Amino acid sequence: MYLLYIAILIPFFSIPFIPLLYKYVHRIHTGWFVLVIPVLLLFFFARYYFVQQTIEPLILSVPWIPSLNIHFTIYLDSLSLLFVLLITGVGTLVVFYSIFYMSKDREKLHLFYAYLMLFMGAMLGSVLSDNLLVLYAFWELTSVSSFLLIAFWYHRKRSRYGAQKSMFITMSGGFSMLLGFIMLYVTSGTFSIRELILLGDQISQHSLFIPAMYFIFLGVFTKSAQFPFHIWLPDAMEAPTPISAYLHSATMVKAGVYLVARLTPIFGGHQEWFWTITIIGLITLFIGSLTAIRQSDLKALLAFSTISQIGLIMSLLGIGSMSLNNQYSDSSLLFAGATLAAIFHLINHSIFKGCLFMMIGILDHETGTRDIRRLGGLIHVMPVSFTLTMIGSFSMAGLPPFSGFLSKEMFFSGALTASRTMGSWFIFIPIIAWVASIFTFVYCMILIFKVFIGPYKPLPLDRKPHEAPFGMLVSPMILASLVVILFFFPNLIASSLLEPTVKAILPQAFANGREWHVHISAWHGFNTELLMTMGIIILGMLLYKYLTKFRNIYESIPLKFTLNQAYDNGLVAMERISGKLIRFYMYGSTPLYLSYLFVFVIVIVGGSLFLLNGFIFDLSNNAPIELYEYMLGFTIVAAAIYMVFTKSRLISIIAVSVIGYIVSLFFVIFRAPDLALTQLVVETISTALFLLCFYFLPRVSKYVTPMKLNIRNAIIAIGVGMTLTLIGLSTQEHHLFDSIAEYYKDSYTLAGAKNIVNAILVDFRAFDTMLEIVVLFAAGVGIYTLIKLRHTGRKDQ
Amino acid sequence: MKFTDVFLQTAIKILVFIIMTFSIYVLFAGHHNPGGGFIGGLITASALVLLYIAFDLQSVRDMMPVDFNQLAAAGVIVAVLTGTASFLFHVPFLTQTFTYVNLPLLGKTELASAVIFDLGVYMTVIGTTMTIITSISEDQK
Repeated sequence: MYLLYIAILIPFFSIPFIPLLYKYVHRIHTGWFVLVIPVLLLFFFARYYFVQQTIEPLILSVPWIPSLNIHFTIYLDSLSLLFVLLITGVGTLVVFYSIFYMSKDREKLHLFYAYLMLFMGAMLGSVLSDNLLVLYAFWELTSVSSFLLIAFWYHRKRSRYGAQKSMFITMSGGFSMLLGFIMLYVTSGTFSIRELILLGDQISQHSLFIPAMYFIFLGVFTKSAQFPFHIWLPDAMEAPTPISAYLHSATMVKAGVYLVARLTPIFGGHQEWFWTITIIGLITLFIGSLTAIRQSDLKALLAFSTISQIGLIMSLLGIGSMSLNNQYSDSSLLFAGATLAAIFHLINHSIFKGCLFMMIGILDHETGTRDIRRLGGLIHVMPVSFTLTMIGSFSMAGLPPFSGFLSKEMFFSGALTASRTMGSWFIFIPIIAWVASIFTFVYCMILIFKVFIGPYKPLPLDRKPHEAPFGMLVSPMILASLVVILFFFPNLIASSLLEPTVKAILPQAFANGREWHVHISAWHGFNTELLMTMGIIILGMLLYKYLTKFRNIYESIPLKFTLNQAYDNGLVAMERISGKLIRFYMYGSTPLYLSYLFVFVIVIVGGSLFLLNGFIFDLSNNAPIELYEYMLGFTIVAAAIYMVFTKSRLISIIAVSVIGYIVSLFFVIFRAPDLALTQLVVETISTALFLLCFYFLPRVSKYVTPMKLNIRNAIIAIGVGMTLTLIGLSTQEHHLFDSIAEYYKDSYTLAGAKNIVNAILVDFRAFDTMLEIVVLFAAGVGIYTLIKLRHTGRKDQ
Repeated sequence: MKFTDVFLQTAIKILVFIIMTFSIYVLFAGHHNPGGGFIGGLITASALVLLYIAFDLQSVRDMMPVDFNQLAAAGVIVAVLTGTASFLFHVPFLTQTFTYVNLPLLGKTELASAVIFDLGVYMTVIGTTMTIITSISEDQK
């Protein structure tokens, strides 16, 4: 059973060996060694598929951090299996394709395959994890490895830009998803998805339930490139084409779809879930297909088409989730059809989009450009490529006899179901879907006709175009043949994969043992869906014919308002604002920082004193004040005022030492002879040091103008003084417990000393004294090195 | 220094002995009377400063070849060692003890381990103070 763990971890374990193989077996392309891993994994997981026709969910658990409820739990049901098969299947083909695509001599293959394996392992881990936090860990790993792969050609500026952008967007989404997961944990006390599903309605009443849903949405929409977070995907097209084919069409962007499907049993019945996913999905579908038309770069076109197709899948999942809503329990099986369409289209999209990306890669590889305006008439030179691209594009456009036709019909029937069941007001869903499909049709036509049909342009191309090597064509051939096979025999996967997957996504809808079987057929009579498809073809043809006119209108929309612009400006503005913010308070002037500190003292200390009513004034227990205490007090105040307002620094120094000596007199009055002695000597030494500093002042600033009265500083100083005075007065009569001084009075028997102060310093609390002399010693060494090493430092210069 | 202040030098030659004696008194009397290692060290340092004022740096150094930095370090080590010595007797760190013995000349005298600790403080204070003062005054601007 633990083979499953090994299967997830094999890609990670293989990473250290890839550079070794690259370095020591240079004669053979490293990809051949790497190919073994996805092939093994594909066979391993296909075994579950073929051996158990209706797969029983498989649960394995290994404690990871049991004290935090984090277990590495694997949950393999048909939904996971579907994704696993996609990951390993497309992975195999991509690795095979990359062997011919990536040059053995020019590229850093060890890095390429190491990143790819990291991604594959992370992706397997995220679709197989049952524990939300483990899922999150793998999820972030896919972001990191995707970042590394996008910037694979890191010497290009665009690559770095695209990698950074995708990192920013997916990471911030991932982070908010983590918040959502933690909120779910707070509501339920478990991280396990299965247990969350079992808790059902219990957690949906919690106030954090809806916020958790929206935080998870952020993660889902950023990862799956949904509006308005789709902008990273077109820029991620700077990655090598095998990566675009694998990550940015077939697997990573579907991670969000997976999560939506996985969490539908928890959130599905709620209106918010339905609305958000459906609306966002439809907007993405529409915008993606509309923007794809205006692209001149083939990969950018495919990127926007991926965005729009995933929007389609999302909106279908949203419609499908309505079957869990109690309001529509009678028609829940109708809504389940939408979920079926979503899953079927997900498979189809992975297949034909992978194929298309590989074909674009071949075009790029053989002609040296991906620009539509420079390509044309390649049908004569590259007939095989043409056939394969045509199969992929027609499948994407939803034409028979390709599998895309089936899923598009199912999409329309899902949209129609929504509008029929939920009221005529919902007619906008099929309309948007239909219009977006027209645009989809148009860009599919562009993809085929602009590139392959028309006049052959031999001159502007960098290389002499020719048919691709056979090895490169193998992978897209397999995918293209799958497209055709799925059209003619859709029931190959219908009962074994699609049906249990839909049942896994919507367990509650099938809970009471309702019979529901998937049967997909290419022909189901004349109905609205078929008419819609015909309309698409006719309108699409017309639109394609008048594309130039249409484009003129389209391009007159100023570029200023695009989301990319907003993103770029947002980044710049963020940097500028944070720079301004820092310059606003970090002047580098110490007096200013000191005033911050003191203001905080006033606000926090004084404020809390005020809020907690800490002021206590009880002067009744005070000792009577003697005459000489008054005299010393007035002298010290006079010296302090004089020190502040004097014009000369010398007099300030003298005034400070006056204060110091009077303090030592206070010590005498208050019967602290040790303190008085020490204070006297220390004051003398510090005055001498002050004078030393004064003597060496630069001549220019020695004669100071009188200190300017700074209102702000004065207010702060008065505030701090008042705060501390109030605290001092309040604490005076505020004893929580008796003084411990009684204990020390017995110092003669305890320590053999009549001098209590000294006994405390060297006996009772000698540890403090020890550290204080260490401080003193450190200060001495510090001054010594400051003065002595200054010279050697200068010599070095 | 070419000009020699005879009055000052002569006075200080006498004063230094008085101050030194007083500082050692303060050090040892600290256990029962005001005083102790810290103030004792400061007074000793002031005696040395007087010597520096009256004579020049080099003569005082010839007279007293002490590296004050090492003296300070030694003081810290003495203080720490008094603390660690208590481990030998299986008592906590820095446990002080005292006893009374009959010495030949002084009669019944108290011997306290805290005095050794105070001696460490005394050495550190002298060493540090003198290090600071000499390194500042030797500075060639």
